[in-house]
Amino acid sequence: MSQAETKIDKPEGWNRPAAIVPDGEGEMLEISMGPHHPSTHGVFRMDVTLDGERVVRLKPVLGYMHRNHEKIAEGISYLASMPYTDRLDYMCSLTNNWAYALAVEKLIGQEVPERAEYLRVILGELTRFQNHASSIGFLIQEMGASGTPLMYAFREREKILDLFEELTGARMMVNYMRFGGCRVDASPAWLDKARKVVADLPRFVDEFERLLCSNEILMARTQGVGVLRPELAINAGVTGPMLRASGVNYDVRKVDGYGIYNRFDFRVPLGDHWDVYDRFMVRLLEMRESLKILEVALKEIPGGPVMDPKARIRGLRPKPGEAYGRIESPKGELGFYLISDSGPNPYRYRVRPPSLINLTILEDMCLGHDVADVVLIFGSVDIILGEVDR
Amino acid sequence: MLGEGILKGLAETARNFFGSYFCAERMTTVEYPEQRIAPFEAARTFPFLVYDGADWQAGLRCVSCQICEKECPPKCIFIEKSKDKKPDALGKPQFYPVRFEIDISVCMSCQICVEVCPFEAIKMNTKFELSTEDRFGGLLLNREQLAKSNQYYHQIHATEAAEVDARLAAEKAKFDAKAKGADVAKAASDAAATGEGA
Amino acid sequence: MIETADQIFVLLLHWLVSFLPASWQSVASAVLCAAAIVCFFPALFAFTVWLERKGLGRMQNRLGPNRVGPFGLLQPIADGIKSLTKEDIVPLSADAAVHFLAPVVLVVTVFMGFAVLPMGRNMVLVDLDAGLLFYFAMGASTELAVFMAGWSSRNKYSLLGAMRAVAQMISYEVVLLLSSVVVVMITGSLSLTRIVEAQNHYTWGLPHWYIFTPWGLAGFVMYAIAATAETNRSPFDLPEGESELVAGYHTEYSGFKFALFFLGEYVAMFSISGLGTTLFLGGWSAPFSFLTWVPSWIWFFSKLMLSIFVFIWLRGTLPRLRQDQLMNFAWKFVLPMCLLNLLVTGLWRFLGDGWLRWVVCSAILLLAYVGIALGEQRRKHIGPRSYRYAE
Repeated sequence: MSQAETKIDKPEGWNRPAAIVPDGEGEMLEISMGPHHPSTHGVFRMDVTLDGERVVRLKPVLGYMHRNHEKIAEGISYLASMPYTDRLDYMCSLTNNWAYALAVEKLIGQEVPERAEYLRVILGELTRFQNHASSIGFLIQEMGASGTPLMYAFREREKILDLFEELTGARMMVNYMRFGGCRVDASPAWLDKARKVVADLPRFVDEFERLLCSNEILMARTQGVGVLRPELAINAGVTGPMLRASGVNYDVRKVDGYGIYNRFDFRVPLGDHWDVYDRFMVRLLEMRESLKILEVALKEIPGGPVMDPKARIRGLRPKPGEAYGRIESPKGELGFYLISDSGPNPYRYRVRPPSLINLTILEDMCLGHDVADVVLIFGSVDIILGEVDR
Repeated sequence: MLGEGILKGLAETARNFFGSYFCAERMTTVEYPEQRIAPFEAARTFPFLVYDGADWQAGLRCVSCQICEKECPPKCIFIEKSKDKKPDALGKPQFYPVRFEIDISVCMSCQICVEVCPFEAIKMNTKFELSTEDRFGGLLLNREQLAKSNQYYHQIHATEAAEVDARLAAEKAKFDAKAKGADVAKAASDAAATGEGA
Repeated sequence: MIETADQIFVLLLHWLVSFLPASWQSVASAVLCAAAIVCFFPALFAFTVWLERKGLGRMQNRLGPNRVGPFGLLQPIADGIKSLTKEDIVPLSADAAVHFLAPVVLVVTVFMGFAVLPMGRNMVLVDLDAGLLFYFAMGASTELAVFMAGWSSRNKYSLLGAMRAVAQMISYEVVLLLSSVVVVMITGSLSLTRIVEAQNHYTWGLPHWYIFTPWGLAGFVMYAIAATAETNRSPFDLPEGESELVAGYHTEYSGFKFALFFLGEYVAMFSISGLGTTLFLGGWSAPFSFLTWVPSWIWFFSKLMLSIFVFIWLRGTLPRLRQDQLMNFAWKFVLPMCLLNLLVTGLWRFLGDGWLRWVVCSAILLLAYVGIALGEQRRKHIGPRSYRYAE
């Protein structure tokens, strides 16, 4: 039963989601896919109203993981906020660090040395790879393949996390970027190890693809499910692989060209059918593109300092002003908006969470589908609660 | 769509099943606690205070400047400065911490305290088996529990400790040279004064 | 010697029963056989639980349980003790009698099916002339237990799960029967012992198992699909899906009753694999004529464990099918193929011996399979895709 076949009653007003008018027979089942659930990627609740097996209304309930990140940042210095940004999207802490460092660098007008830019790109793309691998693994796990592809994805993720630990000291909460570069330099031994890991990864992507992409059950479950039209995606502010799977060519790495991304030759995959299968395939293809960038970056990384010698880390007091720094995080466009008032703490610190904004369109995607599909569509949005609730 | 995708998937799983008996890559389990992975040199868990020599109180490098306390993001360091001074490794009289406590249940291992310390006094430890049954203060480490010798620091972070020692030795050499230069200048001026006087 | 090893259980039974007076002997022998089945298959269930966890673990690049006993072999005992010592919670508004009887009905009907399976030469509990019919009658009764469990729990989610499960099981019951009918057509008898004996011949060392014929292979594949769906195993385990909304018809059961449901599901798996082995894989007959010295019951149980391993393998690899896709698959794809298989089997019988019937039957089945599969794919626009990149 596709969305085209059900009656959609769009009410007046732009803010209300569309609701399907039920037949009028039988009562509707209201269920809460509660915060404790194996498939909700964290503590997230959905109040779903069902007519038989079809979803008639879906209300997401957030806030179970709110930790006051933005308010805390107003009370501590700019440097001290950096470890807190690790914990926003806790699977991709390096890209969070990068976005925050970019915002502060814009605010104070700080330059970054070339080696540091290369290191940022290398670590950013490694993060993107492991995030996409895990997200595809989780999606398949929710489909019930008892976690086998997830284990394969995590096996590769372990290698990348080992690289992170060797360089930065921690596997996930890295606290690595600073305003003006990176905290520690990468030794030649680490670069060799990274090259070896990256040389092994294409084989894993092939294995993964073989296991999943020609699987008929997977195709039957995901194709035609959770269609998101491009106009709706653009209007809702969706970014990241979800937007590109809806056919819209918007990648902040190409649009802004932040860092040194305009030196690398990578393609942006786009989807034509706008469904769950496209989102999952776009992520897989982006993994391959990341590997291309990594090979080039690891080969071309120059010598030099990783931190601007004139950069201040402690006691930063930027002149009054505001800055918005954004990057293409694996989940979407992650942005930090900072307003400073010449004090040691920011006056306002605002995070643009891609997961939350991508999540607002969940109801429109799920209407008319079965309950079993809701789990899949939700998984294809690829959210992380740390970012949604901050 | 004829079922060959399912067969390919089955072949992949079978390859992993049989490979897990032969190939180390396909059996990644490390049976903790009997087997352990050697920690990386750069790994970090919670901070500790470094002391030189044998006596932890006399050799403690910390001069209670309280910069780490100020910069700590979750504010888990509690320092109380002393009223008197004691000589440090260079011979200069410095304050010392009467009370230096870190609440490791709050500490988020961000390592900012290490970064901002000007005296190489606080470094990151790698021990993680720190669970305790004492709910009220078992995870509040005091000065004595935090103090570890420089030899221990060398054991856990060899390269870093060697660099720190080199930096401190260079500082000491500069200080000694300046002191010697000051002595020579002082002796010369004294001699000149007495020569003048005589 | 070979004869003794082959008939060791039969001889043991006769020896034990000979201690009793003649009028009691038949009853005693039936009771002893039933007791043996009731003791042996739960032990095999414990072993299979261990095998499943280790097998899935190895497929996922990890060790399975390995702390309890050597290689984790005592893990099922630990699980059993855990489920026995848990509190037995019965919901207040539940229908107590039905709630209590549901696992009992499941276990009893599942064990009844073993009465007609020939587990070795002369090793069948009751040699019924209509053994296959009896088996299917008992197998259909397990669905009753599933619905009793869902209904008595007074929980809308368990009821939802139970209705889904029953719908699935009824649809695939039809497929199961139709795919077994071809065997009856060729053998000419409903008796399972006759079916096995019909397959116990060898030509050039290779056996006459029905799986080695085109209609037998097609029948076996469809039987396997139906068996997976009947026992609610992956990829058809939506009724008890862990990551879905409803936890299934056994949500409201805890402690030993839950363990009984679990036991019932696995013993149903054994029973249906046993039937599949009997019908298509030659039951207790050896694969090659030079291997007939190995006792027959060893062959039966090896084939059974092989089928179990294939179930575990499928579970570790395939994602779940959605409910409506599952039903569509049964009624619109497998059932037409089953009916076609009946036709092909008839053709096989009447085309006479020779290479012609092999070619004709295989060709019809292959064409039909490819035709229907591609037709479905085209109609639903499902298939591999290629992706474009932005300029």
